[in-house]
Amino acid sequence: MKKTVVALAVMGFGITGVYAQDMVVKIGNVAPLTGTISHLGKDNENGARLAIEEANARGVTLGGKKVKFELIGEDDQADPRTGTTVAQRLVDAGVKAVVGHLNSGTTIPASRIYDQGGVPMISPSATNPKLTQQGYKGVFRTIANDVQQGSVLGKFMVSELGAKKIAIIDDRTAYGQGLADETDKAAKASGAQIVAREFTNDKATDFNAILTKIRAANPDVIFFGGMDAQAGPMMRQVKQLGITAKFVTGDGGCSPEMIKLAGDAISSNVYCSMAGVPLDKMPGGVDFRERYKKRFNADVQIYSPYAFDAANAFITAMQKADSAEPAKYLPELKKVNFPGVTGTVAFDDKGDIKEGAVTLYQFKNGDWAAM
Amino acid sequence: MNELVAAVPWLGKRNPMAARWLLIILAIAAPFIAMQFGRSWVRILDFALLYMMLALGLNLVVGFAGLLDLGYIAFYAVGAYTFAFLASPHFGIHLPFWMVLPLGAAFAAVAGIMLGFPVLRLRGDYLAIVTLGFGEIIRIFMLNLNYPVNITNGPQGINMIDPIVLFGWDLSRNLQVTEEISIHSLYLYYYLFLACVIGSIIFIQRLQISRVGRAWAAMRDDELAAKAIGINTRNMKLLAFSLGATFGGVAGCLFGAFQGFVSPESFSLMESIAVLTMVVFGGMGNIAGAIVGAFVLALLPEILRDVAIPLQQTLFGKVILDPEVLRMLLLSLAMILMMLLRPAGLIPARARYAHPENLHRGGAAK
Amino acid sequence: METLIQQILNGLVIGSVYALIALGYTMVYGILGLINFAHGDVLMVGALTALQTMLFLMGFAPGMSPVVMLTIALAVAIPVCMMIGFTMERLAYRRLRNAPRLAPLITAIGMSFLLQTVAMIIWGRNYHTFPQLISTTPMQPIEGVFVTPVQLTIIGVSALIMIGLMLLVNKTRIGRAMRATAENHRVASLMGVDTNAVIAFTFVIGAALAAVAGVMFASNYGIAHYGMGFMPGLKAFTAAVLGGIGNLGGAMLGGITLGLVESLGAGYIEHLTFGFLNSSYQDIFAFIILGLVLIFKPTGLLGERVSDRA
Repeated sequence: MKKTVVALAVMGFGITGVYAQDMVVKIGNVAPLTGTISHLGKDNENGARLAIEEANARGVTLGGKKVKFELIGEDDQADPRTGTTVAQRLVDAGVKAVVGHLNSGTTIPASRIYDQGGVPMISPSATNPKLTQQGYKGVFRTIANDVQQGSVLGKFMVSELGAKKIAIIDDRTAYGQGLADETDKAAKASGAQIVAREFTNDKATDFNAILTKIRAANPDVIFFGGMDAQAGPMMRQVKQLGITAKFVTGDGGCSPEMIKLAGDAISSNVYCSMAGVPLDKMPGGVDFRERYKKRFNADVQIYSPYAFDAANAFITAMQKADSAEPAKYLPELKKVNFPGVTGTVAFDDKGDIKEGAVTLYQFKNGDWAAM
Repeated sequence: MNELVAAVPWLGKRNPMAARWLLIILAIAAPFIAMQFGRSWVRILDFALLYMMLALGLNLVVGFAGLLDLGYIAFYAVGAYTFAFLASPHFGIHLPFWMVLPLGAAFAAVAGIMLGFPVLRLRGDYLAIVTLGFGEIIRIFMLNLNYPVNITNGPQGINMIDPIVLFGWDLSRNLQVTEEISIHSLYLYYYLFLACVIGSIIFIQRLQISRVGRAWAAMRDDELAAKAIGINTRNMKLLAFSLGATFGGVAGCLFGAFQGFVSPESFSLMESIAVLTMVVFGGMGNIAGAIVGAFVLALLPEILRDVAIPLQQTLFGKVILDPEVLRMLLLSLAMILMMLLRPAGLIPARARYAHPENLHRGGAAK
Repeated sequence: METLIQQILNGLVIGSVYALIALGYTMVYGILGLINFAHGDVLMVGALTALQTMLFLMGFAPGMSPVVMLTIALAVAIPVCMMIGFTMERLAYRRLRNAPRLAPLITAIGMSFLLQTVAMIIWGRNYHTFPQLISTTPMQPIEGVFVTPVQLTIIGVSALIMIGLMLLVNKTRIGRAMRATAENHRVASLMGVDTNAVIAFTFVIGAALAAVAGVMFASNYGIAHYGMGFMPGLKAFTAAVLGGIGNLGGAMLGGITLGLVESLGAGYIEHLTFGFLNSSYQDIFAFIILGLVLIFKPTGLLGERVSDRA
């Protein structure tokens, strides 16, 4: 990792034509940009890109030199093997920091490569608790993990929604299963009964069979651990089967996409949770959506604010350390504490987000309203 | 080896000896050449070698014995999970590599026979769909066997798998030769995998010209005739499935140890299709074809990652398509064009033991 | 009791969707022996083209009646898919007719990737909401059993299309040519059948069916996406094999059987295995049934009835 900055600047020169005295700092971003969740992957990349472009516009100086941040986006296809390959590519390319990956399944094997290569990484969306328990020094995340989110959700369903009988569905991904299991535990601990535990997959569109089975168990609340692309159609089928139970999902379903996909089937009976605080509660978060929309001509999906915060955490730490060298800025990254768009960004000693606040939203007047 | 030698362009036919040495030198020097472009290319080469093993194994089943298998990746999964079970903190068992590898191979072989028995009567596309189903069944079990008893840890996968340790020598650490010189772990894995691939090639080469190989060729070309001349097609089919599976199992063990993490996502249907594509792309029914197919298709997507942006900049002066989109576009076009231009693959199987012309489709021809 | 009826109904609906897609698969397979892996992706193009047309119409003439709008959308989507089907056959599959067995399969997989990538470029990565022009308001024919008009439409459409295809294959001149070609290309061409034209025709019909299936699929679930074709395509292929590939009635029967197995499997597998297996194993259930059927009847439920092949 002692590639000289000059060499990088020369490489950058050929492609981007920056002034020779500018120092180029490469930041990597990895997410699935092809495949079924590529819309979320692109969203992550856009979030990191926005942070970097804003920093460049602001002008950042490190060690007396003007710095130009450059984002290198890679596609891991949500596949663990490809994840390690692109991780190695980024290390080779001399990136100083990595925002990614999206899925826990790709982030965990990739984190080993980053650790070996001495590149710190912040995942904006991998929620598997194990990620930060591997003992690697440079692994962080800006999103609450499954345990943090699941326990809030479980309690919420019992105490706020008054659920006595709960049905739980998960999509058999590392994310969905992890969240559903933690929610299951928390709900049981709060005194509710799990009347049905059903499963689907992340490519399914038809949930009639499991929903019919759930209907027979007559739950007060249905919880779904999975993504919006399944939650949307699932909502429609809930309505078509005449199920009146309340519907709760985690951050995977807490998107504008979910509202769009559920169509007229979504009602004020639908709740979801998001890590962090609502965007409009944070300074700088208020117009995040507009800035994003203006730049990319697309709506914020789910994790781009977290990717935005992750990239800014790196930039802040680098500024504090006055260096883009991982060895120098890593101690600052551990101490970082600033208001991001999703809440206060500060990490605990393992690398999880310290605050770990989880906000619950209810569907109201065509949008998610924080409760 | 001879097939590979003959496949070397220009030199192969004129001076086989020189071509042979060229290949050997290339195989040994490959990681050092790759290193010039970055360490990731050494990693890609490592994976390419694993794919070669898979392609060689699948080629036994599809190319030699003529049994279309769309669920081959299941054996890879069996191998990888065997290693993960027996050498990771998941169950707290840490058996050494040399004990786990044969076990992984054996379990995969048993899985191969388990698949083989019910499908003995099936042919062609019926066989294809049942093997596809078998692959999915294995994957779904891996995905769901965390409940009621946690065996596979479900979708979360198994992490912190032990690295390969040979005679007290940990391959995941860089080898310190002297104070200054150290050999990176990726090279060590490369040579281990290379040794496995070479071993497989030698084994398969001997097998191909053996009684079994000839029986397979006969069975593939005409099952009825093969039966009539006294070949026990049932045993031959089971042997093909289990031997093919063994290669998958070994590759899976190596994969699990190399990656340090296994989860069901790595064993999807698309991976089965990818390996089959390598075999057909390279040229079915011959060793060189499987090797070259795996090599080209493992490297091509990675090369496309690098050329996607510069290519557009020189052609159009700006980036029109995202690199990942262009990569998929070029990859799919390459698959289609390749099959149109060389339907028998990059290196068509040569006569004597392989008769691709007899594999023509359509009942009309028979 | 109403749960059982509901599950059977669920199975019938999803089964009809599978059947609709499987009919296209089986047509092409019957005549060429080719597993057209790209069939599911033609379905996706059909759905997305129809979506594009509807969005255009909604902006252009907002007050248009849903039935007219759906008809126009289909009228655009079907020819587009037919063109894709024709182009695929003409440019790729025709050249491979005498190639080694697996070459067309790999080409088809390449086609599938190509269609997905192009669709991703045109329509982006996001999931789209598909306007549900046929009502999805549930009705209750029996107390506690819910069914929506769009579901009834799907069952009706697949039955009608199957009958239509049967008539086409068995009663018309072109149908006879198709049967002859399926039986033996060379002899058929000796008898004066323009086999190239017949095969192209089959592909075009198959693609048109995919377009209809795509619109029905998207209408039922209310979503469309560039990767939506793969899974239903795979399931439909399974259904076609289950019924006896190349056999139109078999495709229908296979589709419905698969739908019922999936839905009843997901609903009752937990009781049947005393809580050991659960709904996450529903796909396994489907594949095991497939395996069992094929072990006892290696050519599917109805078999490859050559005389009926199209």
